[in-house]
Amino acid sequence: MPALDDTTAGLLQIGLLVVLLAAVHVPLGDFLARTLTSPRHLRAERALYRVLRVDGDADTRWPTYAVSVLAFSTVSILFLYTFLRLQRFLPLSLGMPAMEATQAWNTAVSFTANTNWQSYSGEAAVGHLVQMAGLAVQNFVSAAVGLSVAIALVRGLVRAGTGTIGNFWVDLTRSTLRVLLPMAVVAAVLLLLCGVVQNLSGATAHTTLAGGTQTVVGGPIASQEAVKLLGTNGGGFFNANSAHPFENPTPLSNLLQVFLILVIPSSLPRTFGTLVGDTRQGLAVLSVMGGIFAVSLALTTWAEVHAGGAVPQAVGAAVEGKETRFGEWASALFATATTSTSTGAVNSFHDSYTALGGGVVLFNVLLGEVTPGGVGSGLYGILVLAVIAVFVGGLMVGRTPEYLGKKIRQREITLAALYLLATPFALLSGTAIALSSEATRSALLNSGPHGLTELMYGFASAANNNGSAFAGLGANTPFYNTALGLAMWIGRFVPMVLVIALAGAFARQRPAAPTAGTLPTRTPTFAGLHATVVVVVTGLTFFPALALGPLAEALSGAAS
Amino acid sequence: MSTTLTPTPAPRAPQQDGPHRVASGAFTPRQLVSSLPDAVRKLDPRHLVRTPVMLVVAVGAVLTTVLAVLDPSVFAWVIAAWLWTTVLFANLAEAVAEGRGRAQAASLRRVSTETTARRLERGHDEVRVPSSSLRPGDLVVVEAGETVPGDGDVVEGVASVDESAITGESAPVVRESGGDRSAVTGGTTVLSDRIVVRVTAEPGESFVDRMIALVEGSARQRTPNEIALNILLASLTLVFLLAVVTLQPMAAYSGDPQSTVVLVALLVCLIPTTIGALLSAIGIAGMDRLVQRNVLAVSGRAVEAAGDVGTLLLDKTGTITLGNRQAHELLPAPGVDVLELADAAQLSSLADATPEGRSVVVLVEERHGPRTREHPAGAAFVPFTAQTRMSGVDLREEPGAHPGDVREVRKGAAAAVTHWVRTLGGHVPAQVEQVVEDVATSGGTPLVVAEHRGGTARVLGVVHLKDVVKEGVRERFEQLRAMGIRTVMVTGDNARTARAIAQEAGVDDVLAEATPEDKLELIRREQSGGRLVAMMGDGTNDAPALAQADVGVAMNTGTSAAKEAGNMVDLDSDPTKLIEIVEIGKQLLITRGALTTFSLANDVAKYFAIVPAMFVTAHPQLDALNVMRLATPQSAVVSAVVFNALVIVALIPLALRGVRYRPASAASLLRRNLLVYGLGGVVAPFAGIKLVDLIVSLLPGM
Repeated sequence: MPALDDTTAGLLQIGLLVVLLAAVHVPLGDFLARTLTSPRHLRAERALYRVLRVDGDADTRWPTYAVSVLAFSTVSILFLYTFLRLQRFLPLSLGMPAMEATQAWNTAVSFTANTNWQSYSGEAAVGHLVQMAGLAVQNFVSAAVGLSVAIALVRGLVRAGTGTIGNFWVDLTRSTLRVLLPMAVVAAVLLLLCGVVQNLSGATAHTTLAGGTQTVVGGPIASQEAVKLLGTNGGGFFNANSAHPFENPTPLSNLLQVFLILVIPSSLPRTFGTLVGDTRQGLAVLSVMGGIFAVSLALTTWAEVHAGGAVPQAVGAAVEGKETRFGEWASALFATATTSTSTGAVNSFHDSYTALGGGVVLFNVLLGEVTPGGVGSGLYGILVLAVIAVFVGGLMVGRTPEYLGKKIRQREITLAALYLLATPFALLSGTAIALSSEATRSALLNSGPHGLTELMYGFASAANNNGSAFAGLGANTPFYNTALGLAMWIGRFVPMVLVIALAGAFARQRPAAPTAGTLPTRTPTFAGLHATVVVVVTGLTFFPALALGPLAEALSGAAS
Repeated sequence: MSTTLTPTPAPRAPQQDGPHRVASGAFTPRQLVSSLPDAVRKLDPRHLVRTPVMLVVAVGAVLTTVLAVLDPSVFAWVIAAWLWTTVLFANLAEAVAEGRGRAQAASLRRVSTETTARRLERGHDEVRVPSSSLRPGDLVVVEAGETVPGDGDVVEGVASVDESAITGESAPVVRESGGDRSAVTGGTTVLSDRIVVRVTAEPGESFVDRMIALVEGSARQRTPNEIALNILLASLTLVFLLAVVTLQPMAAYSGDPQSTVVLVALLVCLIPTTIGALLSAIGIAGMDRLVQRNVLAVSGRAVEAAGDVGTLLLDKTGTITLGNRQAHELLPAPGVDVLELADAAQLSSLADATPEGRSVVVLVEERHGPRTREHPAGAAFVPFTAQTRMSGVDLREEPGAHPGDVREVRKGAAAAVTHWVRTLGGHVPAQVEQVVEDVATSGGTPLVVAEHRGGTARVLGVVHLKDVVKEGVRERFEQLRAMGIRTVMVTGDNARTARAIAQEAGVDDVLAEATPEDKLELIRREQSGGRLVAMMGDGTNDAPALAQADVGVAMNTGTSAAKEAGNMVDLDSDPTKLIEIVEIGKQLLITRGALTTFSLANDVAKYFAIVPAMFVTAHPQLDALNVMRLATPQSAVVSAVVFNALVIVALIPLALRGVRYRPASAASLLRRNLLVYGLGGVVAPFAGIKLVDLIVSLLPGM
C-alpha cells in the first residue's frame, strides 16, 4: 500500500473528524436539550436529592442559582485542597508527600475551575486516590457546572417573564449522571481499544533495550483520559499529557481524542437552537464557532508545515516539540482543538511552535475560548458576545436591540460588558505584575518576545481556564501558583456569576414578537457580524501585547 | 366606478416632499463658530463627568499638558494641544445641537412672558393677578384681544383663538367648553368672544415652559438606550485603559519603555471618542427633528420607543381616508333620468357647505357638465338638522306651472328621506331600497334624493357617498409592513364598511365600531403579544388608550386630558404624523449604532499607526506593520490623534442630521449600514491618517 503524503493524510483526518462531529451533532445536541430540561427525575437522582436535602422540583431565580454555583465550587476547592495536603495519609498515595500549600491552592482552583493547569507533574506528585477521587471527580463536576450555567442562560432566553432559570443542583446532577458519566464510560472503552493503559499499578522498573533501567508508572489512565477530554479539562495523568504514549498511543487514538474534545462543545449550539425553538439560531452560532476554528486551524497548520528557518526548512516542517507518531498536521489539529476549547490537553509543545503558529493558538485562548469553547462555557461565552453583537447591530436597524425577543437594555449590557472585562483584567494585570519584578521575570525560560509570549500564554491559559502550558514558564513558584490560581478563579467564577445574572435579567422579560423590523440573528450577515465582534473585541484588547510577543517574533523570523 | 374627484386638500398638509423622508435640519459651518464659547464653557469638569469617555480624554489632556510643561518638546505640546482640541470638539458637537434649539426657544419665551390674568374669585368677582400666581383649578376670564394666561380647559363659552405663536399656523382655531376641543395653551391669543378657562398647569410647568426646556436640551434626561450605550462605551474605555496600563511593563520588559505622552495618545485613540463625543448631540438632534415637525415629546424615552413600535393604531378618518365622504356615483330611481337626479342633487347641495355637499356639486359638474351655479331666485334653503337628518331647498315654481306652488327638494339619510316621501303619500320603489342596501354593503353611505312637487312626492335616486382612501396610502402601508410594523385601522364605522375600506387601503387589521374600551383592549392585547403600540388621539375618552400605548400622540386640538395622558403632542394635529415619528425614532437609534460601529472600526487603523511607531526601536521588524508608511514615529502618533479629533467635527453634521433612513427590512438595513459604517470605518482612517501625516511630517520637530 503506498504511503499517503502528509497533506492528504492531514486533510483526510480533518475530513473524518468533521464527518464524525456532524454525525453526532443533531442527536447529541437534542439529547442534551431533552435531558437537561425534562421535568422527570431518575430514581437515583431522587434519592440523591433526598440525601442532599435538595428540592428537585424547585425552580430558582438567579441569585439562588449563583449562590449554589459558588457554594458548590468553594466546597470543591476546599475539599481538593485538603485532599492534596493530606494525601500521604491516604491509601493508594504511592508514597507521594503532601503538596506544597500554594501549589495545592493552585491545583484545587485549577481543577474546580475546569482549567486543569498543572504546575506539578501528574505522575510525580499525586497518587491514584487523589487522581480518581479528587481530580477525576472535579473533571466531571467542573464540566457539569459549566454545562449547567450554559443551560441556565438558554432558559433565561426562552422563558417569558418567569424570572426563574432552573435549579443548579438538578442541572449539576443530570449533567454528571446522565451526560458526562455515560459518555465517559463509552469514551474510556474506545480509548482502551486504541491501546490506552488502564490499571492500578504504581511505578515499575524495566530494563530497556540499551540495558539501562526505566521507571514506568501505570495507572487508571483511560478512564481519566476520557473525561479529561470530554469535559474539556485537559489535566493529564502524565506531565507529557497527550504526547505520552500511555495516554495517546496511536494516530487513531489521537483523532479520537480530538473528537472527544470537540464533541460536546460543538453539539451545544444544536441544544441551544432546539431549546429556543429555532435550530437555525443554533446553526448561526455553530457557523461562527466553526468559521473561526477553520481559519485558526488553517493558519496553524500552514505555519507549522511551511515553517521558515534553517532547521525546519531542512527537515521540511517545524518538527521540534512534536511527536513523530502524529506529525505536524495532527499536532496542529490537536493544538487548535485544545486551545479553541478550554481543554488544554496537549500532544505537542506549544512553546516549540513557530512564532505564528504559537501566536494563533495563543489567540484562540485569548478569544475567550468560544470556538467552540469549553463544555458549557463555550456556549455561554459566545452567547454573551452575541449580546454585544446584537446591541451594536440592533441599533443599526433602528430598534432597541433584542436577542431572541429579549431586549438588551441597561442591565443586560452592563452584565455583558463586565463579562468582557473580567478575563482580560485577570490576564493583563497578572502578566503586568509578573513582569514588574525581577524575581518573577526570572521564571521565564526565554528572553525577548518569545519569553513575553510564554508568560502571557501562562496567564491567558489560566484566566481563560484553558490549562495548557506554553511551557518555558517555570510556574511552580509561590508567586505563580498563587497568581495563576487567582487568575483561574476570577476567569471562571466572575464571568459565570455575570452570565447567571444575565440569564435572570432575560428570564424576567416577556419576549417581543419578531417582525420584519427585528434584527435577524440567524442570517449569514449576522453570523459575520458576530464573528467579527468575537475577533475584533479580542484583537483590540490584546493587539499591543501580541505585537510585542508573537508578532515581533514572527516578523523577525520573516525578516531573517 | 371611474369617477375622478379633485379631493379637497387636507387643512394642513404635512410639509414633506416625498411620502417617506425624514427631512434634515439645516446645518451651516457658521454654527460651529457661534457655538464655540459654549463649547469652552462646557470644559467644566462637572459637565465632563457626564461622559466617561470624554472625561478620560480630558484627564489625558491635563496629564500631557503637565508633562509638556515639565519636559517641553514639540511632540508633547502638539499632543497636549490636540487632546484639548478633542475635548473641545466633543463639547462643540453638543453646543451646536443645543444652539439649534435655542432660536426656537427664544421665540417661545416671548410667548411665556408674564401677563395679567383676570382671576374669578368665588365664581364671579374678577381680580387682576400676575399670570405666574395662577394655580391649577383657578378660573380666569379671557376676552377678545387678550392672551391666555396659562394652560387650561375652557369651561364656559366659545372663542376663536390664534395659536400661531405655538403652532406657526396662522388660521385661528375654535375652542369651546365641553367636547374634545376645550384645551387652550398659555400664550395664545383669543380673537373673539369671551371664555372662562380652568387653569391646569402649575406656573413654570406649562406646555410652553416644557417646550422651551425640550428644545434647549436643558431638561434632557438620558434615555434608556443612551444609558445602555454609555455603559458599553465606558466598559470599552476600561478595557483599553487596562490594555494600555499593562502595556508599559511589557514595553519595559521588551527594553523600550514608553513615555506617558505616547501611552495617553494611544489610549485616547483607542477609546470610542467619536461616538462618545457625538452621543448627546445625536440625542438632542433627534428631539430637535421632532420639534421641527411640530411634535413635542414629553421625554426622549418616548422617541426611542417610537423606533420599536410594532403596531400602529391609525384612525381611519384623516389618516387612511381623506376625512370626509365624497360623492362617488349617482344612482337614479327607476324611471328617473340621471340628469334629473343630477339637477336635484345639485340643487339640494348648493347651500350645503359641508365637504359632502360640495362633493356632490363637484361630481355633478364633472359627470354632467357645468350647470347652474347661482342660487336660484326665491330659493329657500332648508338646513340639515339632527332631527330631520336631511337638508334641501324650497323653490318657487317657474311662472306658469302652478303659481304659488313650491317645489321641495330633499337630500339626506336614506331612512329620513324615504320616511318623508311616504309621509307625503309618495311611494318608494323596491329597487331604491335595494340600491341603498347595496351601497351600504360596499362600505359607502347612501343619500336619498327626493322631491315634492305638485302634490306628489317621489324618490329621484341615490347618491353614493364613499370614503376615499388617500393616494399613496397603500404603498405606505406596504413599506410599514416591510419595516415590520402592523397597521390597525380604528374606526367608528360598522364592521362591514370598515372592512371594505381596510381592504382598499391595505391595512393589516381593523377595529370597527371602536369604543375607547375596545381601543384599550386592543392595545393591551398587542402589548401582551410583545409588540409596542403607537396611537394618536384627541378626545378625553382616548386618554386611557393614550396612556396605555407605548407611544401616545395627542393632537394639539384635543383635550388637556388627552395631552396629559399621551407622551407626545402633535401641534399640527396631523394623524399621518405617527408614521414620521416612528421613522425619527428609528433614525435616532440607527445614527447611534452606525457611529458606534464607525468609532470602533476606526481603531484598527489607529493600531496600525501607533503600535509600530511605539515599538520600532525595540523591534525594528514591527515596521512591517506600518502599512501606511507614516513618516516618523512621532508623526504617526500625532497623525492618529489629529485624525481622531478631526473626525468628530467631520461627523457633527451627520450626528445632527441623522443617518439616511429609508423604510426597509432589518436585514437589508443591517447589510447596508455594516458596509457603510463598518467597512467604511475600517478603511476611511487609513486614508485619513496618511493624509494628516503628509502634512504633520512637514512640521519641524516631528
